[in-house]
Amino acid sequence: MSWYSPILDVAANVVLRTGIVFALYLLYAGHNAPGGGFIAGLVAGACLVLDHIALRSREGRGSLHRVTPRPLLGWGLAIAVGVGVAGWAWGGGFFDQAVVSVTLPVLGTMKLTSALGFDIGVFAVVVGLVAALLDSLGSAWDEDLR
Amino acid sequence: MILVFVVHAVVALVCLIGGERLGRRVLLVGAIAPASIAFAFWQLATSDADALTATVSWLPALGLELDFRFDGFSVLMAGLIGVVGVLVFLYSWSYFAERTGLARFAAILVVFAGSMFGIVTADNLLLLVVFWELTSITSYLLIGFQDDSAIARASALQALLVTTIGGLAMLAGVVLLGSAAGTYSLSGVLAAPPSGTASGVGLALVLVGAVTKSAQVPFHFWLPGAMAAPTPVSTYLHSATMVKAGIYVVARFAPVFAVLVAWWRPTIVLMGLATMLLGGWRALAQSDLKLLLAHGTVSQLGFMMVLVGWGTPEMTYAGMAMLVAHGLFKGALFMIAGAVEHHAHTRDLRRLSGVARELPWALWMSVVAVAAMAGVPPFLGYATKEFALGGLVADTPWQVTATVVVGSMLTVAYGLRFLWGTFATKPGVAPVPEQHGHRSTVGLLIPVAVLTVGSVIGGVVVGLPDALVAAAARSVDALSSGFQLALWHGFGPPVVLSVVALLGGWLLWKWPLPVLRRFTSRTPEATRVYGDSLIGLNRAADRVVSTMQSGSLPVYLSVIVTVAVVAPGVLMVRHWRSLPEIAFAESPLQMVAVLVVVAAAVAVTLVRRRLAAVLCLGAIGYGVAVLFIIQGAPDLALTQLLVETLALAFFVMVLSRLPLRFEVFPDAGGQAIRVVVASVVGLATMAFALWAASERTAPSLAAEFIARAEPEGGGRNVVNVILTDFRALDTLGEITVLVVAALGALALIRAPMPTEDPDPSEVGT
Repeated sequence: MSWYSPILDVAANVVLRTGIVFALYLLYAGHNAPGGGFIAGLVAGACLVLDHIALRSREGRGSLHRVTPRPLLGWGLAIAVGVGVAGWAWGGGFFDQAVVSVTLPVLGTMKLTSALGFDIGVFAVVVGLVAALLDSLGSAWDEDLR
Repeated sequence: MILVFVVHAVVALVCLIGGERLGRRVLLVGAIAPASIAFAFWQLATSDADALTATVSWLPALGLELDFRFDGFSVLMAGLIGVVGVLVFLYSWSYFAERTGLARFAAILVVFAGSMFGIVTADNLLLLVVFWELTSITSYLLIGFQDDSAIARASALQALLVTTIGGLAMLAGVVLLGSAAGTYSLSGVLAAPPSGTASGVGLALVLVGAVTKSAQVPFHFWLPGAMAAPTPVSTYLHSATMVKAGIYVVARFAPVFAVLVAWWRPTIVLMGLATMLLGGWRALAQSDLKLLLAHGTVSQLGFMMVLVGWGTPEMTYAGMAMLVAHGLFKGALFMIAGAVEHHAHTRDLRRLSGVARELPWALWMSVVAVAAMAGVPPFLGYATKEFALGGLVADTPWQVTATVVVGSMLTVAYGLRFLWGTFATKPGVAPVPEQHGHRSTVGLLIPVAVLTVGSVIGGVVVGLPDALVAAAARSVDALSSGFQLALWHGFGPPVVLSVVALLGGWLLWKWPLPVLRRFTSRTPEATRVYGDSLIGLNRAADRVVSTMQSGSLPVYLSVIVTVAVVAPGVLMVRHWRSLPEIAFAESPLQMVAVLVVVAAAVAVTLVRRRLAAVLCLGAIGYGVAVLFIIQGAPDLALTQLLVETLALAFFVMVLSRLPLRFEVFPDAGGQAIRVVVASVVGLATMAFALWAASERTAPSLAAEFIARAEPEGGGRNVVNVILTDFRALDTLGEITVLVVAALGALALIRAPMPTEDPDPSEVGT
């Protein structure tokens, strides 16, 4: 392809992995520091877009092409609703919070809240949205580039 | 009781997820759900109370609590839903060949059964409406199960439109009634019934809902139309459960409101009687077995409406008994019709011949069911009909009783027509060929046998159903104790009337039927009215759309922004107040960011390359993000930056399809108008922002949110705590919108480009 850029390719390889890790960090840290499901989803979504632009030319499709929108959207919404319903299960109302502290070998004590579950749902939905847009807008773009 | 709903939800999910792997067995899994209703029985049976209650908090601020109340009447209805439900699942197991979509079918049927259970146990009017609409939606999906058939789709849509319009009326009525009574609790409203115009209108609207659901005149036409559904669905929804929801609501309200509200009795009785006669009349003219039964059901629903709507204790008692009896015999008849179709591959009684020899068991069970329907001793149908006639004679004017007797004659006549049409060997019609290598219909007849045996036992040992009916009537009307169903009430008017009905029905069937048939086929059809109004609605919508949507984006924008400016602008001018002190800028950095934003905004309007315009838009977004950072809002800034970046990327992708430059530029005059509109909107928006900020009357919530974030939300990032905890429901709504938008984007790309105008014949179906 005429527009293949080795610099973008190499840079994307580095940025992508860091970006996904950063998104996961934002997802976890979001409850106490800037971040959260929405922002983390956007970061991961930006990675998808970069992947699409940089790697599409080389292999015909990006390495993250396995990210399919429909299951992400479905599971994301299901998880978010599930957290709400679970509020009843631990004896409160819809969307009541629960906080659990776990001690893990390497990471030390982690405080897990049910809001993290909700954030994961939001995260999945946002990533799914970006993937869906890439599917629809991006594929048209690819055709035009050919 | 709550557990019953959980079981339904879980079973529905299991059916959906594991369904295609289970094949036909998914229907047996589905049967677990209605069987779980037995659990609620057990709960009530082992407690001493008259009624079980359960409450789950939902939206207390709106008066929407998940209040459930399981009393005698609920038991009766739940019995129908549960028993017929299990039988219908077993019946479907034999009815359907191995095919795809069965999992979906089972799941929807389970959800339907759960919603139906919800209707009869909900003690909150709003909750009742929620379940009510759920049954409408699930029945729509079930009627349209054979979605490759245009008739099935059209009749599903018809049923949906009629019942949801009724449901919407009911929602409005419930709100009026609830606000007049000061409570949305069903038992509360009935204990202290409100009076006044608002509650009267509310009551009428609730009745509209009940009437559409129970297929009363003039909304009766959807029920025969819904016969495009598979037979198990017809059996369950259209004889035993959903169509009785309206009867259920009327029965709950009647003992209280029949006395209080002057128009209640005349309205309901006239409508019920009209439905009874029209249904019976039209049933006589049908040559399709299922349509015959469907019109018969309409007729019986009219009868039940008269009984439960009258509101005196004895009539209520009779209505409850009819609910049970009708569920037994009509369920059986529908299932027999399905079995016969299965065997003979036709439901047309002009083509059926000699079935009696092939399916002797079906014949005998049909005889029992028809006899029960016609009111022949010693079946349950007879006992209830005798009781109902007794009540009618005692409580109502003679005209009502006379009309009911005429309606019963029609019942007898179409019952005989069903028997003869299904099983007789007709001269001149070739007997149905024996089906070799065909799956046996025995499996289809076993559930029928259960219902038929129920009709017999219920009649002979009349004390069994009587206990159920007595409890049901008592929970609706405390005065209705002391009545008893009996096989022999002694010699009196009811017996005479029964004999008259039977003889008259037999004569009607035997003799003038061909003459009558010619008339019945000429009576105007409500379906046509429905069709015409639908076409008219589509035309009106087309006209509105073609005037409102000219297709010009500048026109749309100007209309929208003008309205947005003028409406609040007028208010602002009328309540004019001088501006408070405003700090111009808090830091020099702010000035820089704002200058960038303004410069980029001006540039957007001047550049002629699309890419440049998009980049300028991006610059605006980044500038705003910088402002957020300066104000100390990292979350907002981060979001703004990321959204801006993604939007830029997608813009670029779309731009590849568009010309490089903007081709059409407005002339000078058009440009002037745009400048004026844009400036006015900009200035007005700025003014709104300034005044709105200075007009705050309530204390800011910010401090409270910050104080409560850590202890209650478990997080130090207040923005995130608000998103995921304090306002989690809002967030849930937002991500739902995102999902819908994403699915829309996916659907758009897959949709083929329209090549020509859509076929006009498909519009409006």
